[in-house]
Amino acid sequence: MTTARAAAILLAKELRLEFRTRELLNSTVLFALVVVALFSIAFEPTAAESRRYGPGLLWIAFLFAGSLMLQPSFAREKGNDTLDALRIAPISPFAILLGKMLANFVFLSLAEAVIVPVFAVLYNVSLAGVAGRLAVVLILGTVGLVVTGTVFSAISAHARMRELLLPLLLFPILSPLLIAAVEATASLLAEQPVLDRTWLAFLAGFDIVFLTASWLLCDFLIEE
Amino acid sequence: MKSRMAATLLAAALIFFAGYAALFIAPDERTMHAVQRIFYFHVAAWMASFTAFFIVFISNVAYLATRRMRWDFLGVSAAELGVACCTIGLITGPLWARPVWGIWWTWDARLTTTFILWLLYISYLLLRGLLEDAPRRASLSAIFGVFAFLDVPLVYMSNRLWRTQHPQPVFFGGNGSGVDPTMSRVLLLCAIALLGVMTLALVDRYRLERLRYEAGELRMAVETRRADLESLSSKGGR
Repeated sequence: MTTARAAAILLAKELRLEFRTRELLNSTVLFALVVVALFSIAFEPTAAESRRYGPGLLWIAFLFAGSLMLQPSFAREKGNDTLDALRIAPISPFAILLGKMLANFVFLSLAEAVIVPVFAVLYNVSLAGVAGRLAVVLILGTVGLVVTGTVFSAISAHARMRELLLPLLLFPILSPLLIAAVEATASLLAEQPVLDRTWLAFLAGFDIVFLTASWLLCDFLIEE
Repeated sequence: MKSRMAATLLAAALIFFAGYAALFIAPDERTMHAVQRIFYFHVAAWMASFTAFFIVFISNVAYLATRRMRWDFLGVSAAELGVACCTIGLITGPLWARPVWGIWWTWDARLTTTFILWLLYISYLLLRGLLEDAPRRASLSAIFGVFAFLDVPLVYMSNRLWRTQHPQPVFFGGNGSGVDPTMSRVLLLCAIALLGVMTLALVDRYRLERLRYEAGELRMAVETRRADLESLSSKGGR
């Protein structure tokens, strides 16, 4: 079986599992909304201030929500030793990782699709005219978050205190992605919206570096 | 054992002389005066920590390629020393910045990169502490180590594009850079002294890690043997 086909089957399995209960999606979206609300209570931003701090807040909320959402990705395979079953299946280890990455990408993108409009309404930020370009930034940023996060979810699944460990591993690594994503989003939400190509290229570079690294190292990651 | 004593004495003498040179031999800096003298150990600590983190990366890759535990021992030893030297850099930096820049800390490219680097390798050590099984700890922490090392240039680039304030490198820089030759000799001495101390500590830490691993293996062997004996004697009693 080709890697792409195996990954697609695993993606379908992850989606089916999640949409039976929607536990992960509901709690992640709710968590991100709580962060957005708390920020507003703590800082009471004016319209100009929301434009200034909004992009940072938005990405911090995605990072927190992402680390919550990614945590069970591999950990829940431990309960019934289903990871062993995947491992002995005649598919490449990268297919397992890729299936998980794609599923996490779908979940986090869905969560973002809910959070961004709510954020725009609550903080009086107009998204009209920039929605398409914003989607590009969100997709590139989310890919980087999901790629590193899925790999670290597989690492932390074997550790003690795994719930606490994942954000500690993930957030320092994601600091360049955070800068690039926030700057790219900020230039889109400015008075004269522009798509900052430098930061966009940086985000794409981040995604490529870590996707390649995960492809090279997945044999060691998905092993007994 | 004798060579070990000699090496320790040599390193101690070197570090003592380096301290003396930094304080008394190096010429006074025109505008910063005595405060500038912290620079000799600040830059030397930075060199030592980057060397250590590079050793961690090499060990991580070598472990994944060969599966020899010795690379894992080297990796954790170098990571601990790198974090220690990085901490020295992060403490001496603000001590200098306060009188010269007027602030303890600023989020400039080099400072942020070093701070993130420090966090990354502390997470590496934390991760190792939370993984029980030795071969699994070795391979998973090696994967994390490779990711962390790949991240460093990205952190630096992102901050460089963002903003920067740290003084540009004065050694090997372009036109207009450069320092008094005595200053560069003192810096070289400090770097050699600190790298010497680091190498000694690295050798010791490596031995300690190997002994810990061997002790763990022996303990496991004893427990397996004891369990075997107990099952045998309970069968014999019946």
